[in-house]
Amino acid sequence: MQDLHTKLDALIAKHQNMPGGLLPLLHAIQDSIGYIPETAYDDISKALNLSIAEIHGVVTFYHHFRTTPPGRHVLQICRAESCQAMGSEALEAHVKQHLHIDYHQTTLDQAFTLEPVYCLGNCALSPNVMLDEEVHGRMTAAELDALVAETVA
Amino acid sequence: MTYTVYIPRDSGALAMGAEKVANAVIQEAQNRGLAVQIVRNGSRGLYWLETMLEVATPLGRVAYGPVKAKDVPSLFEADFLNAKPHALYLGLTEEIPYLKKQQRLTFARVGVTDPVSLNDYLAHDGYKGLHNALKLTQADIVKNVTDSGLRGRGGAAFPTGIKWNTVLACQADQKYIVCNADEGDSGTYSDRMIMEGDPFVLIEGMTIAGLAVGATQGYIYLRSEYPHALVTLNQAIEAAKQANYLGDNILGSGKTFHLEVRRAAGAYVCGEETSLLESLEGKRGLVRFKPPLPAIEGLFGKPTVVNNVISLATIPIILDKGAQFYADYGMGRSRGTLPIQLAGNIKHGGLVELAFGATLRELLYDYGGGSASGRPIRAVQVGGPLGAYLPESQFDTPLDYEEFSKIWAVLGHGGIVAFDDTVDMAKMARYAFEFCAIESCGKCTPCRIGSTRGVEVIDKIMAGTEPEKNIELVRDLSDTMLNGSLCALGGMTPYPVLSAMNHFAEDFVPNAYKLQQAKVAA
Repeated sequence: MQDLHTKLDALIAKHQNMPGGLLPLLHAIQDSIGYIPETAYDDISKALNLSIAEIHGVVTFYHHFRTTPPGRHVLQICRAESCQAMGSEALEAHVKQHLHIDYHQTTLDQAFTLEPVYCLGNCALSPNVMLDEEVHGRMTAAELDALVAETVA
Repeated sequence: MTYTVYIPRDSGALAMGAEKVANAVIQEAQNRGLAVQIVRNGSRGLYWLETMLEVATPLGRVAYGPVKAKDVPSLFEADFLNAKPHALYLGLTEEIPYLKKQQRLTFARVGVTDPVSLNDYLAHDGYKGLHNALKLTQADIVKNVTDSGLRGRGGAAFPTGIKWNTVLACQADQKYIVCNADEGDSGTYSDRMIMEGDPFVLIEGMTIAGLAVGATQGYIYLRSEYPHALVTLNQAIEAAKQANYLGDNILGSGKTFHLEVRRAAGAYVCGEETSLLESLEGKRGLVRFKPPLPAIEGLFGKPTVVNNVISLATIPIILDKGAQFYADYGMGRSRGTLPIQLAGNIKHGGLVELAFGATLRELLYDYGGGSASGRPIRAVQVGGPLGAYLPESQFDTPLDYEEFSKIWAVLGHGGIVAFDDTVDMAKMARYAFEFCAIESCGKCTPCRIGSTRGVEVIDKIMAGTEPEKNIELVRDLSDTMLNGSLCALGGMTPYPVLSAMNHFAEDFVPNAYKLQQAKVAA
């Protein structure tokens, strides 16, 4: 807990005087500890002179921010039209079954969190998935299984 | 001698294993004691050939692709470093028809240069536009942009010069240039290619915009799904600062322009300019009422130019070669070139920059090579998730803003997503409503509630509950959303929905009936 507040203080100090600094601060917190703990709201509120409701509103408005810790890896499956045209529906059904979870859930061993995403900007090579910060194109169920296996190995 | 090999760092190439290919080339060169210099360029945009590896020869660059890491030893074995034949040999890159037939103005350097090398940028005509702009008055810079006929490439197609003129005319202690790099439309990736493949051209365009309207601060609002673009942009901005192309005294002119990248956070609606500004201010991305226009009261209440990546990245060539040079391309009121992105079920997906006027059919078949699945292309969606679906009978429509609006369609950001004949258009219409419901900012009722009701009504049609009555209801709901929404999200969701219903009415029948028909056919 002490560690969390030390980290938070440093990040807040860095972003406190930045115009429109709330989003960059939230990104920095999530990059650093993986999510935005609601216990951080108090400190942010005081430093940026915002109400808790305003901070909660921003955190929950954006799909990217999470308030609970994710698994060790985040796997995003693109659900947008281009990937649908190349069979992403079957791919998402497969991966949900393979990992035994639905979207926004984390596997029991905490290895993967599964999220939908709406376009990864690689539509010439659909269907696409993103594992942590890397996109993988022209994905098949077999390649995705291999990717999952390789990641936890 | 030292050989030079180009291996893209573009995330599309990385998605096909470019990093592994690069490592394999380094390893193999070491094993063989060969001196190989690797340049990590952007992508040429011939994505079905990624990872496309190029080697410099006295005759020009020679390409090989699509290369996997496992192909690397055989490439060395075949002596690819001296451009020798191999199963993946593609010949001179510039002679590949897909590339040779294009008119690359905005994308002139993408895939050619090292994206983060300022020297490379300068050696390929970089910053010539800025040098010219520094000699012009503000009004003359704006006039050049107006005369070029450039219209906003983000999708709305509003004349860029007119927008700039409004900001120039405003008196204010602070003005801003904001680059909308929240490229969320499915089927589009040209912004990403510019930012990863030639970030300096965007920086130069924004700097010229700053000089033109008297803005000293710029922001690039970049979607969070593009981590590689974030890296290249920041590296390029740092290099530009070091060399005085950004900062308090640009090239000794006494002019100031600062630039910062801000990360978005996965909200599609923040691609709408007022919602984007709210987000940049650190708030929820709720759409603002207009007026006031952002050009008059934009970021932090100050006059602000909000332009798309492609619009801004096109400014340098206009200032370098002149307004007339650019305006000579195109047709009707659509001047210049459009970077088109071929996507979805397409054999040769990639970036095709052409003057306005090419037809969809040329793009889908001459460039795209037909569908990836080999089945007939039944529908294409042009212009992202808010664009209309077009049937085969409309494939001869030229790509031109006005021609598209005549058939109740939009060009948008130039993304073309192809679907083969296995697509169920009722499902796509349902998805359009579903996407709107997920991404609605919630400020206006037609979008917030209408999208959810839309999903429910389409479900009823598919379940066979009073289909005729419910089809009428979808039309009525679409009318409300079209006319009553605050921004394009709710206001254009009816485009994919109604175009699907109008052109593919046979799909809007109960699922049970479709199953029965399929059985009869079998």
